[in-house]
Amino acid sequence: MTVPSVDQGVDTKVDRVPGARREALYFALRNKKLVGGLTVVLLFLVLAVVGPMLTAHGPREYVGPPMQPPSSEYWFGTTTFGQDVFAQFVYGLRATFRVGILGGGLTAIIGMFVGFTAGYRGGLVDETLNMITNVVLVLPVLAVLLIISAYLRVRSVEVQALIIGLFSWPWVARAIRAQTFSLRSRDFVDLARLSGVPTRRIIFGEIAPNMASYLFMVFILLFGGAVLFAATLDFIGLGPTEGISLGLMLNNSVKWSALQLGMSWWFIPPGIGITAIVGAFYIMNVGLDEVFNPKLREM
Amino acid sequence: MRRYFGRKFLIYALTFFVAVTINFMIPRLMPGDPVRSMVARAGMQTPEAAATMQEYYTRIFGLDVPIWQQYLNFWAALLRGDLGISIWLFPQPVTGVIMRAVPYTLALLIPAILLSWFAGNKFGAFAARRKWLDNTILPVGYVLTATPYMWLAILLAWALGIIAGIFPIAGGYSFSLAPTLSWTFVGSLLAHWFLPFVSLFLVFFGGWAIGMRNMIIYELEADYSHYLQALGAPQRLVRKYAFRNAALPQITGLALQLGVIVAGAVVTEIVFSYPGLGHLILKAIENQDFFLLQGAFLFIVIGVLLANFIIDIVYVLVDPRTRTGMGGGSA
Repeated sequence: MTVPSVDQGVDTKVDRVPGARREALYFALRNKKLVGGLTVVLLFLVLAVVGPMLTAHGPREYVGPPMQPPSSEYWFGTTTFGQDVFAQFVYGLRATFRVGILGGGLTAIIGMFVGFTAGYRGGLVDETLNMITNVVLVLPVLAVLLIISAYLRVRSVEVQALIIGLFSWPWVARAIRAQTFSLRSRDFVDLARLSGVPTRRIIFGEIAPNMASYLFMVFILLFGGAVLFAATLDFIGLGPTEGISLGLMLNNSVKWSALQLGMSWWFIPPGIGITAIVGAFYIMNVGLDEVFNPKLREM
Repeated sequence: MRRYFGRKFLIYALTFFVAVTINFMIPRLMPGDPVRSMVARAGMQTPEAAATMQEYYTRIFGLDVPIWQQYLNFWAALLRGDLGISIWLFPQPVTGVIMRAVPYTLALLIPAILLSWFAGNKFGAFAARRKWLDNTILPVGYVLTATPYMWLAILLAWALGIIAGIFPIAGGYSFSLAPTLSWTFVGSLLAHWFLPFVSLFLVFFGGWAIGMRNMIIYELEADYSHYLQALGAPQRLVRKYAFRNAALPQITGLALQLGVIVAGAVVTEIVFSYPGLGHLILKAIENQDFFLLQGAFLFIVIGVLLANFIIDIVYVLVDPRTRTGMGGGSA
């Protein structure tokens, strides 16, 4: 469940004081939530990058004796089929980061495009886009993902990210639209319009920078959302047909009764991976909120 | 107020239309011929048998008429409540199969949603701006919302089901019982219901608690709170006002989260082999039963739309501004 905390009272004050950036950095480095969350994320990122180099075999290779508990040779043990759980885990982490960045990024781009256009243009364009937004908003994302993925013969992380992006943008669009609305009639935007600056430049040069912090936080929430969606799809059995992911590991462990056989080393690491990464991102988000919004800083 | 409901109704009608259209188009747009792959899967020995089967499926799908007519036929069948025949449970109609599963899903979801909403909001409001609680329990809340539903379910099943052996971990009731109205049967139902319920409740709870905590902090910084404090109002009163204001976005949040909540129920049911919609979806995917899958999709959409509508009504009851037509209701 994502936390729509940033929906409220984001401060749209226009501050272009030269010291503002340094002030944000000052508070950022002293914010325990932000630094802690970032550390966890970086730790897993390093593991995802370096991990596959530490293991000699691929995630789906049958390498050793089946059902081995963790040992010095197989750090996380092996599956019922003798696959190395550690290899699956580190390759799965890569898939997790990929789907988060691609899916979250695509969602953010579509949401920003719709939100900016609707909020800035207003009128009929706004009405139409708003209607589309509302319709996609009530469509249950997972159900749509299910039905599309089920018919796809070949599934990959990229395709997964694409369909996640195509159906989870509405709340971003709505939030950005509301903020664009409030910024659109400010003096500096009027001034830019009077001086004949093209619309696209007004949006990206005048309006977007004022929400930069907000947009960044939105991306973080979307990253977490995309990771959880992908894991859910994988778990239902609609994961990538090639390669491995953390959700697929959970799916396999349940399918081959790791629970009943007590092979906890099989299903605990992937869950920890997802929870830690997504949780760390959420906590980073709270930290960022406090950095950008002085009212929230703890006294 | 009539305008408010009129608009909502239009959106829901459009959404339903879009959902049905997606349901119609996806199988026809996808690469590959579903009929041929189904015939191939059946593994007919002679080419004649394969040809007969191909013809049969083509007729069942209604693929032998022009596409616009297929679309109209699709709607006509839908309005008659005919969603086709399940392949996994051949020859039972999909509608019946789903109808038998829906009560289980609802029995999990409704208590989990309502209880977690109340408990989470109360708790979040209580924890906000109380240093000790805020710093110890909120990280727990964040970890809970970040936990994939199925993983929490797996952990609970493993810890309480396998290791401690307190709760059963598969099925809707004991396999040795037949559905009757007796105490043993109800007890068995409850025992099987408990773990999936707790697992959903915990993840939802974390989300509401955090959302409420953040909301309350914004509200306590609002001008009216400062004004009340300046007047010397007791802290409890200020918090009460803040809670009422903060609850509104949480109601909207519930509507926004419905899709994710349903997804959670689906995977939780899969972990516990709980005989609801999620379990059906898994079986449909495993058996390539596309009629069943599409039927489940439509049922989920209809359920989510109904729930949205109920939330709209609740919103009008709770927020006086929507009633007097003064705006508000952004849900």
